[in-house]
Amino acid sequence: MHKTTKQRTNVDWFLTVLRVTSLAMIAAGLLAFAAQIIDSNNPFARWANPDAISLTGEQFQGLVVTGLAQGAMYGLIALGYSMVYGVLGFINFAHGEVFMVGAMTGAITSNKLAEAGYWESSFVLCLMLVVALSVVVCTITAVIMERVAYRPLRGKPRLIPLITSIGVSFFLQNCVLVLLGSTVKSYPDLPNWLTDKRTFLEIQGSKVLVLAVAALAMVGLWYLVEKTKTGQAMRAVAEDAEIASLMGIDVNRIIVKTFAVGGAMAGVAGILWGLLFRSVIHTTGFLPGIKAFSSAVVGGIGNLGGSMAGGLTIGVAESLGPLMILEPLGVSGPSQLRDAVAFAVLIIVLLVRPSGIFGERLPSEERT
Amino acid sequence: MGVESPVLEMRGVNTHYGAVHILKDVDLAIYSGELVCLLGGNASGKSTTLRTILGMVKPTTGDVVLNGQVVTTQSTRERVALGVTMVPENRRLFKRLTVGENLEMGAFLRTDSDGIATDREWVFELFPRVKERLNQKAGTLSGGEQQMVAIGRALMARPQILLMDEPSMGLAPALVQQNFELIQQIHEAGLTVFMVEQNANMALSIADRGWVLQTGRVVLDDTAENLLAHPDLQASYLGTTEK
Repeated sequence: MHKTTKQRTNVDWFLTVLRVTSLAMIAAGLLAFAAQIIDSNNPFARWANPDAISLTGEQFQGLVVTGLAQGAMYGLIALGYSMVYGVLGFINFAHGEVFMVGAMTGAITSNKLAEAGYWESSFVLCLMLVVALSVVVCTITAVIMERVAYRPLRGKPRLIPLITSIGVSFFLQNCVLVLLGSTVKSYPDLPNWLTDKRTFLEIQGSKVLVLAVAALAMVGLWYLVEKTKTGQAMRAVAEDAEIASLMGIDVNRIIVKTFAVGGAMAGVAGILWGLLFRSVIHTTGFLPGIKAFSSAVVGGIGNLGGSMAGGLTIGVAESLGPLMILEPLGVSGPSQLRDAVAFAVLIIVLLVRPSGIFGERLPSEERT
Repeated sequence: MGVESPVLEMRGVNTHYGAVHILKDVDLAIYSGELVCLLGGNASGKSTTLRTILGMVKPTTGDVVLNGQVVTTQSTRERVALGVTMVPENRRLFKRLTVGENLEMGAFLRTDSDGIATDREWVFELFPRVKERLNQKAGTLSGGEQQMVAIGRALMARPQILLMDEPSMGLAPALVQQNFELIQQIHEAGLTVFMVEQNANMALSIADRGWVLQTGRVVLDDTAENLLAHPDLQASYLGTTEK
């Protein structure tokens, strides 16, 4: 990894110690977990945490599915961070708020549909309508955001749009606060056939639905980016905007489309949040937004498949990590540490593979 | 050759970057079927000339004329649609796109799918290597192959005139030779080429005519043979000491 000519500095040693320690802790936790599964009275399990109770197969499966469902949602949000970074080279921190706007739109429309009595009777149609509306609202939000906040700053040092995006984030949050108030908005109850643990693999229907919707959105995006002329132009602009304009590509239009597609994905993710957690307030966008940003970095920012992979990694890690690694090591109340686990994944990936799982190392001159 | 109106014309162009006066009263005219080169040392205004032709820099005074149409106020995109395109310095392929996608990007503004297919075949005929590498990522190609793709990408726009920015820049000496042969080859296929180059001898050996640019002003305008024979060309105008 390191160039042989380079002298190892103290910082390098410090980072190596950190890398080894973090990986050793994960390994110890997993070994202790395995030890408890095999026999909760064996010496290693008792030494690690005598009180730990191992997971049953059913619990484990439940955690994995929950993790995947949340991870798919993070992945969809992460796509927006990744695409905008690819084209403009800055992190749009307001993207998490676009996701919140989607979840809000979903809450309002689904409640109206429930009042009218359609929600229970024709759920699938209602869901399609809610997703469509959320996608439209989020796309418009993202496009306006680009036009008003970011386009005037094109060509300025990258720190400036970055800080602006934090401002936009507060602006959107407060807009929602003023327009919709500070109360929690709930989604109507899901139909029974979705919330029951179905005989099919004992998985909760709502989580299967979340995974299915996320997969559909991902396939649609993949088709757009890899198979259409617009997608080709997006990739070309991401790589070299000046040469792309020389090909006759309207770079501004491609940037708008990139924001629009990222917004649409956040809109879908907003509804998935509604299906999973069933309530939303104006600050909902913050934590999932930051986790989705972490997912994009974990997967390798700028890489769309990587964003999804990063999202699933973080989702599963924060779902399984507390009970599989922290509890066997004797940490008390591990389930409250899920967020810490999610960000620990980010830190460990940055320590071990700074370019992310699927990221390519680019020579610095290519990214200026 | 050189019968009707020029394919590309610059009329009294002055260009400024802020307060710095780059191009000074530049007049150029290139006729259909010609291979013309613009020579000059560093900071002589060669790149600015190309950027002005493509609309990436707007001239302070003067006009750029493509096929008799004044395009001074038009965008790069509109000019590309009128038939001018460039092979940029250092090739600048889309390295993460496949070779085939790079070619498609070249034809981005075209809608005549039959014509695009014909031109694709033409590019394959000129550069059989490009066809072999069609589904490979452009970044994995060798320097010489990348140069072929860069020219092929420009040809896919079916340009009236092809601009080439420093085709010998950043290439190994053997490839420079090969590259100039490629340029000659596409010129012989009937294309009008306007080349900007520092390597005067190489460029003049294949060009019909040439201009020498010095601190933004055209100081010499002659046929390639006369320029090659010009005693002071290297020393006084280009500021280089090449053989």
